[in-house]
Amino acid sequence: MTLRDRALLEAVLLGAACGPLSVWLLAFRHAFAAESLSHAMLPGLAVAAAAGAPLLLGGAGGVLAAALLVALAARDRRIGGDTAIAVTVTALFGLGALLAIDARTPLADLLFGDLLGVTDADLIAAAVLAVAIPLALAAGHRALTAVAFSPAAAPALGIAPARTEAALLVLLAAAIVVAVQGLGNLLVLALLVAPGVAARAGGALRARLLIAAAVGAGSGALGVVASDRLGTAAGASVALVLVAAALIASGARTGGGGTPAAPAVRRSPIEALADRA
Amino acid sequence: MSAVRAEHLAAGYRPGEPVLRDVEFAAEPGQTVAVLAPNGGGKTTLFRTLLGELTPMAGDFAVDGTVASVPQHDHARLDFPVTALDVALMGAYGRTPWWRRIARADRDAARDALDRGGLAAEAGRRYGALSGGQRRRATIARAIVQDARVLLLDEPFAGVDRASEERILAVLDELASEGRTLLVATHDVEQSRRWSRVLCLNRRQIAFGAPEETLTAPTLAQTYGDELVVLREPRMGLTIQHHDDRGEA
Repeated sequence: MTLRDRALLEAVLLGAACGPLSVWLLAFRHAFAAESLSHAMLPGLAVAAAAGAPLLLGGAGGVLAAALLVALAARDRRIGGDTAIAVTVTALFGLGALLAIDARTPLADLLFGDLLGVTDADLIAAAVLAVAIPLALAAGHRALTAVAFSPAAAPALGIAPARTEAALLVLLAAAIVVAVQGLGNLLVLALLVAPGVAARAGGALRARLLIAAAVGAGSGALGVVASDRLGTAAGASVALVLVAAALIASGARTGGGGTPAAPAVRRSPIEALADRA
Repeated sequence: MSAVRAEHLAAGYRPGEPVLRDVEFAAEPGQTVAVLAPNGGGKTTLFRTLLGELTPMAGDFAVDGTVASVPQHDHARLDFPVTALDVALMGAYGRTPWWRRIARADRDAARDALDRGGLAAEAGRRYGALSGGQRRRATIARAIVQDARVLLLDEPFAGVDRASEERILAVLDELASEGRTLLVATHDVEQSRRWSRVLCLNRRQIAFGAPEETLTAPTLAQTYGDELVVLREPRMGLTIQHHDDRGEA
């Protein structure tokens, strides 16, 4: 396989895995959580890069540490959860950039990914993700539906909202750890948000999940092919195609007189979990 | 065995600070109990306790069979893409293992439950596009699909149009005639006269019994305190201000 083919495969696998996940992340108003976690994990990646350890391992450690610190920050009542999370994420991001100075992997690769440099291990991880996430979402479909629809009514239906939210966050963390290898910890956000935005045009929930998977995988393929033709950076091209797909779908939807989106609630799920704890 | 029985029940949110106490009543299968209480009087606390969401601080309660709830505000996300039929089907989630499809019998039950609430034609419509009364009927359909023996309805008539109110009343009467027990929290004293029992709460149980014995001026005064308005003209009547209860208690 050529480098381009490997990049293409990686982008398609990641898109197929993250697309349906992004539908649920938006339904749970977790775009902010995705942003916080993916940015705040940089120290883990930087330490792994400096030590010559697998980035997958560093990413996992980074996400775990970020989740714990962000959850602690969310409980801050002096300056408010949102502000405390912003400060924590910025601090961790800065620390990561500082640690990455001596790293063998350039900082730019950690931030923007290196689709053309994906290893066999990265491809295997992406393939596992592309199978595991849709399976997990299918298994939890009813619980996710009930909690996204009404967290207050879910317990009386025999569904635990906190457990369901926690499971979704675990899937988010796994997706970030794997996808960050190809798209970097800045651009990975496009994969976790844009397909869900594009799929809002799809009407019914199942249609949205399928559309999001198609948009994720299709944008991945289109982005890599475009970057190959135009000589642009692969990760950035994939991210821009994803955003373009989201914008076009949103435009089509507004033109078609669809229902407006609910007002955005910028609330971290970790905050929600902290409230329940 | 009674369908719902409470004995010296006390419940609340903070240890040592019950917001409702001395609750003692028994409701039989087929009975509809009107639960009258002022704002903060403890009806939501009672419902949450019967649903198992709160642990009794004192006393005990027993419910025979499944309990379902029709909340006044379930804070549903109206932009979430589910239809009225999807919402009714949620009543089958609890008994369907995650690896199974929802049974055909449950699908039929959901359609039938929507039909009973006059929503057959709206089954495929987005929940968020339904009127307030239609949404209430869809959540009642969800409770019917749960096949609960006991239904807790929090102000099922608040903010619904006349047509929906009549539909809901008819469905509730039908459910009671099937031997289910209904607890209906309401602010409508006159309406509560049509049901088999009345439970008056004001941070503790004030009274429980048949409407004609329970709905007396002194009991209502004790139940509602300052919220009670007595109308003497043109005829003696009792009414109270309507509340949109979003509080915890």
